[in-house]
Amino acid sequence: MIVIQQYLILSAILFAISVMGIFLNRKNIIVILMSIELMLLAVNFNFITFSSFLHNLDGQIFVFFTLTVAAAEASIGLAILILLFRNLRSINVQDMDSLQG
Amino acid sequence: MKFNIVLALPEIFLTLMIVIMLLVDAFSCQHKKHLNTVLTFITLVGGFILQILVFRPGTSAFAFNQMFILDTLAEGSKLFIYLFSIVILMYVKQYINDKKVLKGEFYAIFLFAILGMQVMVSADNFLVLYVGLELLSLSLIGLVALNRDSTKATEAAMKYFILSALASGILLYGISFIYGATASLQLRDITLAIYSMNGENNTMLLFGLVFVIAGLVFKLGLVPFHMWVPDVYEGSSLATLTIIATIAKIAGIIFVIRILFTALILLNKEWVVMLQILAILSLFIGNIVAIAQTNIKRMLGYSAIAHMGFVTFGLMLVSQAGLSAVVFYMLVYVITSLAGFGVLLLLSKDGFECEKISDLSGLSKIHPVYAGIMLLVMFSLAGIPPLAGFYAKFVILQALVDSGYTTTAIYAVILSLIGAFYYLRVVKVMYFDEKDANLQVAQATLSTRTILFINGGLIILIGIAPKFLMLISSIFLLG
Repeated sequence: MIVIQQYLILSAILFAISVMGIFLNRKNIIVILMSIELMLLAVNFNFITFSSFLHNLDGQIFVFFTLTVAAAEASIGLAILILLFRNLRSINVQDMDSLQG
Repeated sequence: MKFNIVLALPEIFLTLMIVIMLLVDAFSCQHKKHLNTVLTFITLVGGFILQILVFRPGTSAFAFNQMFILDTLAEGSKLFIYLFSIVILMYVKQYINDKKVLKGEFYAIFLFAILGMQVMVSADNFLVLYVGLELLSLSLIGLVALNRDSTKATEAAMKYFILSALASGILLYGISFIYGATASLQLRDITLAIYSMNGENNTMLLFGLVFVIAGLVFKLGLVPFHMWVPDVYEGSSLATLTIIATIAKIAGIIFVIRILFTALILLNKEWVVMLQILAILSLFIGNIVAIAQTNIKRMLGYSAIAHMGFVTFGLMLVSQAGLSAVVFYMLVYVITSLAGFGVLLLLSKDGFECEKISDLSGLSKIHPVYAGIMLLVMFSLAGIPPLAGFYAKFVILQALVDSGYTTTAIYAVILSLIGAFYYLRVVKVMYFDEKDANLQVAQATLSTRTILFINGGLIILIGIAPKFLMLISSIFLLG
């Protein structure tokens, strides 16, 4: 029998990995985009777990919306990435340094 | 099970008009682009009128199975958002026409952002709140990135995108735990569930609360989650910045009020402490770092952090007086900044963006009226009596002292005094420095100038007679 804590720990690990991916990443913006997707999936996992254990459908409905928004978000992120590459000729995180002060 | 679609009529109208505008933009020829401005104007005015018509004063009506609420808070903030949007439209139309940006898209995305705000302020369910929030932030990111050929703008858009996606992720993670603890996404039902828990066994709830606060604070731009604010302010064009720095902030504050004061009000002992620490830090960082800035947009970004910290002081009081002070402060802040951005927009032309503080040097000799309005804005933001900003700060400080936070109030006054330095420096540059060769005043239409003068006049008027706006902001919280 798998208890709810195990599901929550798994999603917490996924969430932690994605936050690490955003903050510790010094190389590539695409990795950050992947981390953002992973973060939303960790949240979805949490919602589904609660939904199933509470016998309440709201959580699963929420997951559909999160997935849809995540798709929109990814498309905007990639569009900006293309613009950035055009202007900067690089998708390195460290090259994004024109705004400082 | 009530659908009650009539309540959402203004939003539906807005959506339809956006679709129409996109079609018109696609089929109209390049030189007839002023059509978009006119359509946007019609949409905003139409939305404003519909919004007045659907509301029955003194009631909170629900639609879509209690997901959508129209109470005085929602109605009031929606009307103000429409009103301020019309003012923004008047200010930016010249700027957008002169600049080589995509005009049709700008207005369409602008309206999408307004739609997101309208959905956000009248959400009574975490699902609707989330969808509205994403519609708003994704539109704002799009607006920042619209300046396609500028490295700064795309970089700012990327930073804004990553951090706002991170913030939504954190917020959602928190919401999932609150859902797990209370088995509901409905803000009102969450309060009932927390009430019936009687403070027992709420570890999961508190865990969720911390994440929700972190997500909210990210969106508001308080320290330590403020890093995106100055970068986005500096990178985005003035037209976009006017939207981000004014109406988006109102929607953000209402969003925070909805979550904290409807769903999580019973946990106020916990979140008051968090908000107090965040506000103290924001006031400090915002005011101190702003002194070192040479770019006026970046300076206003840091000043926005400080102002949001001030607003948070009002939120953490958990009282009617505190909340009406928050609404009053927000309205005054938005009216004041609108006038400031209006002047900056009128001073920018094609190829020249008025963004360095030194760009303003000698403005009083070139155009004394604009310089005068800018002076009012800076004095008001610094909180110098008898202008509107002084009373806004005064009501918050008074509410703080009345609730026994005297030390915090003294701290806030000292930091505001330090903050006055960088506002006054702008005034000094405008009035006592030599004329800048680049600086030329764009030809503004009569309507734009009239609105700018009224806007500047309001800063004095609210300062002299604050009672009327105070009354409005307390009416906000009746429902």
